Amino acid sequence: MSEEKTPRVEIQPELCKGCELCISQCPKKVLELGKDLNHMGYNFATYKGDGCIGCGVCFYACPEPGTIRVYKKIRGDK
Amino acid sequence: MENLDNTIGKPQSFYDTFERKPGKDKQIVHYCPGCGHGRIHKLIAEALDSLEMADETVFVSPVGCSVFGYYYFDTGNIQAAHGRAPAVGTGVARANKKGYVISYQGDGDLAAIGTAEIIHAANRGENMTVIFVNNGIYGMTGGQMAPTSLEGQKTATSPYGRDIADMGAPIRMSEIIAKLDAPVYVERVSVSDFKNINKAKKAIHTALKAQKDRKGFTFVEVLSACPEGWKLSPVDAIKRLQDVMETYYPLGQYKNELETRPTKAEPLPRPSDKDIMTALGVGDKAAIINVTDTFVKNFKEQRVRISGFGGQGVLLAGTTLGNLAMHHELAVTWLPSYGPEMRGGTANCHVMINNSVVGTPVVDKPNVLIAMNGPSLDEFENTVEAGGTIFVNSSIVDKKVKRTDVKAVYVPMTNIAEDAGIKKAANMVAVAAYLSYSKAMDLNSLIDLLKVNFKKKELVDANIKVIHAAKEYVEKNCM
Ligand SMILES: Cc1ncc(C[n+]2csc(CCOP(=O)(O)OP(=O)(O)O)c2C)c(N)n1
Ligand code: SF4
Ligand code: SF4
Ligand code: SF4
Repeated sequence: MSEEKTPRVEIQPELCKGCELCISQCPKKVLELGKDLNHMGYNFATYKGDGCIGCGVCFYACPEPGTIRVYKKIRGDK
Repeated sequence: MENLDNTIGKPQSFYDTFERKPGKDKQIVHYCPGCGHGRIHKLIAEALDSLEMADETVFVSPVGCSVFGYYYFDTGNIQAAHGRAPAVGTGVARANKKGYVISYQGDGDLAAIGTAEIIHAANRGENMTVIFVNNGIYGMTGGQMAPTSLEGQKTATSPYGRDIADMGAPIRMSEIIAKLDAPVYVERVSVSDFKNINKAKKAIHTALKAQKDRKGFTFVEVLSACPEGWKLSPVDAIKRLQDVMETYYPLGQYKNELETRPTKAEPLPRPSDKDIMTALGVGDKAAIINVTDTFVKNFKEQRVRISGFGGQGVLLAGTTLGNLAMHHELAVTWLPSYGPEMRGGTANCHVMINNSVVGTPVVDKPNVLIAMNGPSLDEFENTVEAGGTIFVNSSIVDKKVKRTDVKAVYVPMTNIAEDAGIKKAANMVAVAAYLSYSKAMDLNSLIDLLKVNFKKKELVDANIKVIHAAKEYVEKNCM
């Protein structure tokens, strides 16, 4: 069944090197660097929780292959 | 399961987990935080996905930070010597006309040590795609000046800044490559902001698509940040990329003849083996040995290691055997291995012979060992495959073969040669003894070959004498 969903972004904390490129390039400024450190010792990027428009800029900004996943469309199957 | 169709995430052409990468973190790249290589890898993987090319692609990694391309891309992978990726790629592209090649290279790799290789691969119009990552520095080795480093740029090897009068001006490779006739598509892009990343994505896609359509040589230069080498934060490095790099290196297409160019022409057919033999003056004599299909079909692979001291002719014994195998229409490789001292040191060679295709020319588990002196037996006895045969030159080697799971054949090679009148022909005794014992190939054909190869009749006669003596000895004493 499909349900209404707003665009969002998922960032794997343990796969983030804290380079801040996603944060600096997000047009909506909805990403931030957290205070916690991951197992590699980096502050990792997190989604503030709303305002993401699913544009994908952060995905291409990130040098890591699969750290970020952007959910772009309004509809998604649960 | 959530439907991921409407998401943007890791491309399929990457491995799920990077098992070849050492350490625990098998889902992230080995690059520094903010490194442009990671961004570019994603664009390549996405293009491979959408063009469905990954299964047929060989990714050639360079020397440089991206040396470990094979950790990530679920394609064929080869890691080339520094600067040589386009040469390796040429071999791959020509050997596998149905496949695709990505030559991925840094600016130290491509624009310094590999200048010759890139120019000539481009000039020949090889059907491959070069992704040229220009970060204006040697990243891997700790930030030395590259041919692409900018004027005034301070690096480990230009501490006062690059001085053009002294070090030349930064090289603009796209402009140079585009001036050659053969390349069909040359573009410079930059992985800086979203707009430019998108253009880079399109350019890489276009280049790979052109390769898929067999249009020839395509070249995408990607300006890329090296925060580590530039000693900047990743965010500041992107600023420098935009403000400084993109100014000196103008972005855009330098060549696009995709519409007007036909598919790359096939080179003229190569001369056949027979033509080459004729050109070498051994033409029809090459067919002197009559070989039946059954002989070739039933031929059991011979992995031969011949070893002795320099001057014993072990390398020549190997080429003789290899030649003989070629005349028997077998597949053969010969690989010499010797120290810098051509005489006096040890020498050995690998001869691989089988009936179809030789994979590796390296014989690390021989089924035939010919030990012309003591140290050779010491060194290689244990490498012989169980059931294999060791031929020992008992004129010089007093010891016996210790192994019980191999056959040992003792032949006084040096003495037999001496008695037959040519002291130096112990190597010929070795070959003849091996053939007499194993019957891998007809001994008479060795004589036929000598008649073709040796110009002087005395030499032929003397060697025939040696061969007969070796055969007689083996039949009397070893069978
Ligand atoms: C034959 C040879 N010469 C020199 C080196 C040392 N070396 C390793 S990487 C490199 C340059 C790498 O720079 P670049 O191609 O720009 O790649 P990056 O590391 O910046 O991605 C050099 C000179 C080497 N490994 N082999
Ligand atoms: S998808 Fe766009 S809006 Fe959403 S976090 Fe990423 S960059 Fe920001
Ligand atoms: S771009 Fe990637 S690695 Fe860098 S901070 Fe964002 S999520 Fe982390
Ligand atoms: S040294 Fe430069 S090019 Fe190499 S991984 Fe680090 S940032 Fe990337």
